[in-house]
Amino acid sequence: MTRTPTKTRPARSKEVVTFSSYCSKRARRIEAIVRSFTAICCVGVVVLVVFLLGYLFIRGVGSLSWSFIFDAPKDRMTAGGIWPAIVGTLWLIGLVSAFALPVGIATGIYLAEIAGQSRPVRMLRIAIANMAGVPSVVYGLFGYAAFSLALGFGKSLLAMGLTLSCVTLPVVITATEEALRQIPKEQRQAAMALGCTRARTLGKIVLPTALPGIITGAILGLSRAAAETAPILFTGVAFFAPVATNVTQPSMALPYHLYIMATQPTTPAPHIVWGTALVLTGMLSITNAGIATWRSYKRRKLQW
Amino acid sequence: MVTTEPAGSFDISNLSVSYGSEAALTGVSFYIEPRRVTALIGPSGCGKSTLLRCFNRMNDALDNVKVEGLIALNGSDINAKSVDSVSLRMYVGQVFQRPNPFPLSIYDNVAFGPRTQGIRKREQLDELVIDSLKKAALYDEVKNSLKKHAFELSGGQQQRLCIARALATKPGVLLMDEPCSALDPISTGMIESTVEQLKESVTIVIVTHNMQQASRISDTTAFLLRESIDEPAQLIEVTDTTTMFTQPSDQRTENYITGRFG
Ligand SMILES: Nc1ncnc2c1ncn2[C@@H]1O[C@H](COP(=O)(O)OP(=O)(O)O)[C@@H](O)[C@H]1O
Ligand SMILES: [Mg+2]
Repeated sequence: MTRTPTKTRPARSKEVVTFSSYCSKRARRIEAIVRSFTAICCVGVVVLVVFLLGYLFIRGVGSLSWSFIFDAPKDRMTAGGIWPAIVGTLWLIGLVSAFALPVGIATGIYLAEIAGQSRPVRMLRIAIANMAGVPSVVYGLFGYAAFSLALGFGKSLLAMGLTLSCVTLPVVITATEEALRQIPKEQRQAAMALGCTRARTLGKIVLPTALPGIITGAILGLSRAAAETAPILFTGVAFFAPVATNVTQPSMALPYHLYIMATQPTTPAPHIVWGTALVLTGMLSITNAGIATWRSYKRRKLQW
Repeated sequence: MVTTEPAGSFDISNLSVSYGSEAALTGVSFYIEPRRVTALIGPSGCGKSTLLRCFNRMNDALDNVKVEGLIALNGSDINAKSVDSVSLRMYVGQVFQRPNPFPLSIYDNVAFGPRTQGIRKREQLDELVIDSLKKAALYDEVKNSLKKHAFELSGGQQQRLCIARALATKPGVLLMDEPCSALDPISTGMIESTVEQLKESVTIVIVTHNMQQASRISDTTAFLLRESIDEPAQLIEVTDTTTMFTQPSDQRTENYITGRFG
């Protein structure tokens, strides 16, 4: 280093001293590089998202119609709509909500509020973190062995819902735990000092405050479940099936329908592929955007 | 723990507290008079907060903390098996170092304690809320916006809201752990005059780092000191505040209040 930037400073001291006048040229150059690099990456991501959604929209919008949404496939899957797949995906979302959300949220509450830091509890946390890293096709295999075969649910919505619940559980547990840990301990102290039991502190202060975070985690988990193909592959998803009316039936589902229509048809029908992609993405984007808006509204009211 | 005596007194004898294997406080004995302000002073880490938490058993919530000795509130042992910490804490309120209002409206913050006590009637709650806000000298500033979110208040207002919230359960003792350390001088002044008013009906134990504050607002001052890191802290001296600040009987007290350590 030969630069001695401090030498000029006393002479300048009467001028307005800005932040950058304190920085060496080198520091300023580094800042400029960091700024432009991060900005370029950011613009790149935005372009990618816009391109992806825009392309999807342009290719898919032509297929959308009442009959595309509300009809069953026709003419050996080359025409008609995707209603059975939409219903199947809604069934799966419902089943995952019924299984994974209560169990996941309760486990998260237990881990964050009750379990403490004992050795077995820490092992459990590690196990849950690892669950999130298991490839989803492995869940598919597990679900097939456990739910379809061992428990005898066969190829059915129930087996698919349970398998997807396993995929979603770690997401929900972790999100719940994180959301609860965000609540400052001063809040708990305040409630305890007012004579609240731990249960009341949890019910009246901690859970309501953590709710936006918990719900966000839950919705993210559900959208992941709704978008997965691999876990349902062996457990009951159908190439073609009528609208499912109960959970013992196999069913179509949007992500699988997309996959199978894109890869397997004897007579290709690209308009169905793009239409399905647009419907699935639209369903998930609308939910995610809704949740993000609700959450930022709630956040604004919860600034510590 | 509901007593006929509205303001509480504490008789502490031979109190020791340890965290795990580390003794934090040992052999503390003194008397806290009702309807008086008692200041706890001493350098950081000398166990002032630890001692304060003994009075409403907030130490119970911490892992591996051990409290030995006797603390009698209005004559009865607060650590006895028959005493439940919930009703103890309704009677012995606490205000913390940093304002910690709940993410609720001003009204709901103050009504929180009474609702925990099972009070549901609207008129009764209204009366308690207004009365407590008045006692905490906040009412005039918020009377038209009781529905406003507590986080919209300034830091000083939030701290007074916390005082009002603690007062709403009609406590006989109010514990304050450095309640002004996060506040500006004007807010500090308002809280000090609130304390002045409150002591007519409530016993106040206040931890403070600020010697001037102790001498301004307290009647009795207790000085705690931990003489070395491997020893637990002790109560060095407790006397009425004027004596403490004019003629302390212990050399260590004098060193501390004249700023020679801490
Ligand atoms: N929850 C805790 N767990 C373990 N040690 C603690 C805990 N709280 C306080 N201590 C220890 O007890 C001593 C007194 O702390 P504290 O009561 O907070 O002092 P003060 O309020 O006077 O600054 C310190 O040595 C501190 O490290
Ligand atoms: Mg302290």
